[in-house]
Amino acid sequence: MNPQEVRTNVVDIIADIALDEDTSNLKGDVSLRDQLDLDSMDFLDIVMELKKRHKIEVPQEDFPKLATLDSCVEYLTPKFIH
Amino acid sequence: MAEKYDCLIIGAGMSGLAAGIRLGMYGKKVCILEKHTIPGGLNSYYKRKSHLLDVGLHALTNFAPKGTRSGPLPKIFRQLRIPYDTFKLSPQVKSKIVFPEHELTFTNNIDDLISEVHQNFPHETDGFLKLIEKIKSHNALSLSDSYLSAKEVVGEYIKDSILKEMIFTPPLIYGSAWENDMDFSQFVIMFESLYLEGLSRPFGGVRTILSSLEEKIKKLGIEIRYRSGVKRIITQDNKAVGVELLNGEILKTDKILSSAGLPETMNMVKEETPTYLTGGLSFTESILILKDRPKTFGADSTLIFYNNDKIYKYQKPKTLVDFDSAVVCFPNNFEKDDLNEGVVRITNIANFKKWDDLDRKSYLIEKEKVYQNSLKLIKKLYPGFNHEVIYKDVFTPKTVKRFTGHLGGAVYGSPEKKKDGTTAFKDLYICGTDQGFLGIVGSMLSGISMANLHVLMGNK
Repeated sequence: MNPQEVRTNVVDIIADIALDEDTSNLKGDVSLRDQLDLDSMDFLDIVMELKKRHKIEVPQEDFPKLATLDSCVEYLTPKFIH
Repeated sequence: MAEKYDCLIIGAGMSGLAAGIRLGMYGKKVCILEKHTIPGGLNSYYKRKSHLLDVGLHALTNFAPKGTRSGPLPKIFRQLRIPYDTFKLSPQVKSKIVFPEHELTFTNNIDDLISEVHQNFPHETDGFLKLIEKIKSHNALSLSDSYLSAKEVVGEYIKDSILKEMIFTPPLIYGSAWENDMDFSQFVIMFESLYLEGLSRPFGGVRTILSSLEEKIKKLGIEIRYRSGVKRIITQDNKAVGVELLNGEILKTDKILSSAGLPETMNMVKEETPTYLTGGLSFTESILILKDRPKTFGADSTLIFYNNDKIYKYQKPKTLVDFDSAVVCFPNNFEKDDLNEGVVRITNIANFKKWDDLDRKSYLIEKEKVYQNSLKLIKKLYPGFNHEVIYKDVFTPKTVKRFTGHLGGAVYGSPEKKKDGTTAFKDLYICGTDQGFLGIVGSMLSGISMANLHVLMGNK
């Protein structure tokens, strides 16, 4: 899966968590916490959705790597094997 | 052999339903056990002679306008994947705290209350502003357990005892399991949810919330069993391993989340358990359906917190009911009136034991007296009220006990809370009222937090 597809998958997850938000114009380099007020409960959900949808495990110590959309893509692309 | 569950949830109230949704979303094998035939527990509904009646919910606290991202209500919508518009929230008009010589009006804009305090108690304005700052900076959702007297903390900021009593009236009656005081963290939760965030009503009342939760549960394929009371929780080596239902059926499980209350849950474990205090605070409520809408006799407030004394006695009365104070709720008086008829609900503090001791005949007589007193109070508040009541019902502490299962009909449960949800038994956790988050929003958040912490994350 290429980085663009990974990005789409991550945005899909965020869109399902933050139902009332417009996620079409998320900035890649600004933290999701600042853009959408995502908190630790929401990040836990992103991790669980990754596991549920894509069988990707994110250990707790790697949570900070999910801070921005760009860092998500960088960290997750090698984990999406197809 | 019976199949084993990942988690059994005791009670299909707000917290149990929310916990069930969280676990079902992530593929856990869950069963929600409810002894009644409908969900809701303390916050439920019924129908009599074509009138739809709500119990529990007067107003939803923690109002957040659409687009708000932080705070308890947006958190619940996100965690349960419920779109904001589902509840069709209609904000309150205004509410009043009425004492013999003072009235304070509050709205969903804290500036209104600040200016009311300034007009009525000018010397307290600074203290009140500082108290608000203190409350905003306090982390009330910390799961640590120590009790701090809210009256002592607030006393450092507010010197006028009447103002202090007035400010405490809504937080106490809307959530305290303690008499005349509450834990400071709980006070902070209530202050934020009532005064800083504010009140609203879901279109259609409590049914709208419950049906959106039920719909989620159905969609996720979560098992929910009604008429399924739990007879006992089965433990092995100090660990919960299953339950026996009242019909004798045994269900095995890895974990149990109980919303039945702390002493009530411990009573289900048939071995030696720590003992916890039973709460003493229960209520009566008169529900009146009127021919006319409350506006026609001048009632334009959403809620009135009435107290006929300088001191607000939030305690178990020595008599059946304490008529010195009451909460009067006008469900029609939200920005949008979604009801088909006029409704007034009057809540009084009551003594469970006294009601429980009455024989059938006296019970009915006393219920009628509660109703008559409710009429008197409306007349006192609104002399234009004309008594055209087309339907009435009164519930008592006995009704509360029947629908919540709380010992002593204690609406807000035990004065002892378990903020981290743990019990003396491994894999047995408390959620809901006795975990300690308050109100409808608090109880949903409680179910969500405990499911996340002990079941979803606990598996890692």
